[in-house]
Amino acid sequence: MESLLFTIYALATCGAALGVVLSQNVARMAFWLVVSLGCVAGLFFMLNADFVGATQLLIYVGGTVVLLIFGVMLTASGPFNTIKSEPAEMIQAGVIGIALLAILIPTVTSVDWVGNRDTLSHAGVKSPSGEFNQQGEGGTSRHIGAALLGVRVDQADASAPSEAHEHHEADHDHGHEHAHGEEAHSHAAHDHAHAQVSETNQASGYLLPFEIISVHLLVVLIGASYLARAKRRVEQPTS
Amino acid sequence: MTPVLAASTLTDWIDAQGISWLPEWGPVVLAAVVHVILLLTFFGLPAGIFIWAERKVSARIQDRLGPTRVGGRFGWLQSLADGVKLLQKEDLAPADSDKFLFRLAPYIVIVAAFCAFMFLPFSNGWTAVAMDCGLFVALAVLSLEVLGVVIAGYSSGSKWSLFGGMREAAQMVSYEVPLGLTAVIPVVVAGTMNLNDIGNMQQGMIWNWFVFQNPFTFLAFFVFFVATLASNKRAPFDLAEAESELVAGFITEYSGFRWSLFFLGEYAAMFFVSALGVVLFLGGWWTGIAPLDNWFVSIGESCWMGDYIVRVIGMKIFLVKSAILVCVQIWVRWTLPRLRIDQVMTTCLKYLVPIACFLFLGVVLYPLILVTVLGRTTLLPGSGVAMGERVPVPVVEAHDFHPEPGDVAAETVAAPQEEEH
Repeated sequence: MESLLFTIYALATCGAALGVVLSQNVARMAFWLVVSLGCVAGLFFMLNADFVGATQLLIYVGGTVVLLIFGVMLTASGPFNTIKSEPAEMIQAGVIGIALLAILIPTVTSVDWVGNRDTLSHAGVKSPSGEFNQQGEGGTSRHIGAALLGVRVDQADASAPSEAHEHHEADHDHGHEHAHGEEAHSHAAHDHAHAQVSETNQASGYLLPFEIISVHLLVVLIGASYLARAKRRVEQPTS
Repeated sequence: MTPVLAASTLTDWIDAQGISWLPEWGPVVLAAVVHVILLLTFFGLPAGIFIWAERKVSARIQDRLGPTRVGGRFGWLQSLADGVKLLQKEDLAPADSDKFLFRLAPYIVIVAAFCAFMFLPFSNGWTAVAMDCGLFVALAVLSLEVLGVVIAGYSSGSKWSLFGGMREAAQMVSYEVPLGLTAVIPVVVAGTMNLNDIGNMQQGMIWNWFVFQNPFTFLAFFVFFVATLASNKRAPFDLAEAESELVAGFITEYSGFRWSLFFLGEYAAMFFVSALGVVLFLGGWWTGIAPLDNWFVSIGESCWMGDYIVRVIGMKIFLVKSAILVCVQIWVRWTLPRLRIDQVMTTCLKYLVPIACFLFLGVVLYPLILVTVLGRTTLLPGSGVAMGERVPVPVVEAHDFHPEPGDVAAETVAAPQEEEH
């Protein structure tokens, strides 16, 4: 069932992405982009990352693409302006695309997914469970909110020192079965998680950086609107 | 007996029946089918009823009779007759249009409006998809509706449609800001984005409803209502259609079935935002009279299938409240004249956004001020939901996980709660 849904969403994402590349009409490109991004949101929902999925829908599909189409409508000279690619551009884009694929495929295939899952389960990190309940499917938003305040609910069980020690031992036992590099890696990851918890106990979490970023965005927004207005003001006396 | 009408519990229930021939994915698919059928009912039926109500109410406001003949006395089958008529019409696409996008646009509108219903709790626990961030997802999905309108306007190959689409895009993008800000205000009060939890927190007497929670939420409800009017392109904000200037705006070139899809989507969205307003501000499925609610709940606990009966009653209350809000929308539409596009933008950017920001700030500061001055989070003793009660919940969970005394972050978060005691 899950793999079927995943196949549908993944195929739709890829197909729509191809549609963005292959269609020559700007509005249709935007439409295919919506389909592609929407299906990525669907994939997020399937991963129980409902907050990320909703954010994807709200910001990319509902916000960015609508503004994109709005821009197209305002700037289009003809009713439907088409973009014809030059052969040189197509070759350039193809080379870049293939190069990216050449990086991505080895990256994906080189990860030992099964081994990593075992390592993580031994390290006490819960994998996101597929079950959904009536209280809240996915239930990520509360954790995100707590993390903003500096309480990492997802890492809380690793913070108790005795437990952490046990996990270390478990890691040791587990590490013998795997390559040495991976053992070191799992150690590093675990130590990192431990450090993060003890750090956030003193710090105020991610709220301050988050606020700084949002105020920054607001400044950018006001600046952009100011620049756009100033330009028009210069033009008005000449016309 | 647990309430079966939620996706997860329905799945569990079918699982528990132990039907041997059912494949592994059977319960999920069955639950999904049941929910889709139920939601389609709640999607299509109110839309039809409200279209009829719109015609009757507008007729009465304009001193006419409205539909009188179809289906007996009040013309109550008028919507059905219209639907049959629209189905028979030819499905046209103008020669200048982008045919593919032109045909597709109504479906975007209808899918967006329908998907928003998935996250709406119709009664306590009766949600198709219960989510921790249900409000956020619902608003995100609803915001996709504008895409269909804009694409319809663009792909029609007509100047009227293009203008309608452009106006709609500008209006929607602007009004989403006050809509989002005012929708967050009940979230601040409740401390959760789960719509079901927000509804349940307004249990009790009428002053427990979030409208009457404090002066800021009271004003926020009206800003929310105005913003939903605008985001539904209802008059006085129906600039996208503006019959007197743009023929019919973005739906100028549509006919027959696709045209009716736009209307179905519009009325369903009207119902949806009204229902959202009811859940967020107007007490959801609670009557607002505590003894009555308690009586219902006691019935539910005492007799067989009582839970169902209570939930059905709750759903009826919910639907009636939503329908009243829809009627107010209709009333507003036929009473107020249409604004100009610059007035629409001024209303939003110069008035509603600052007001919403102020209300947001106020609703955040209000409990803090009350705590400082009165020593409690509600104005009257023993009334209303204590604000911010729910906020430290994850901290309590974290304490269970690692009961360390030196947890600075948890202490600072829990501090406001300690002050109350």
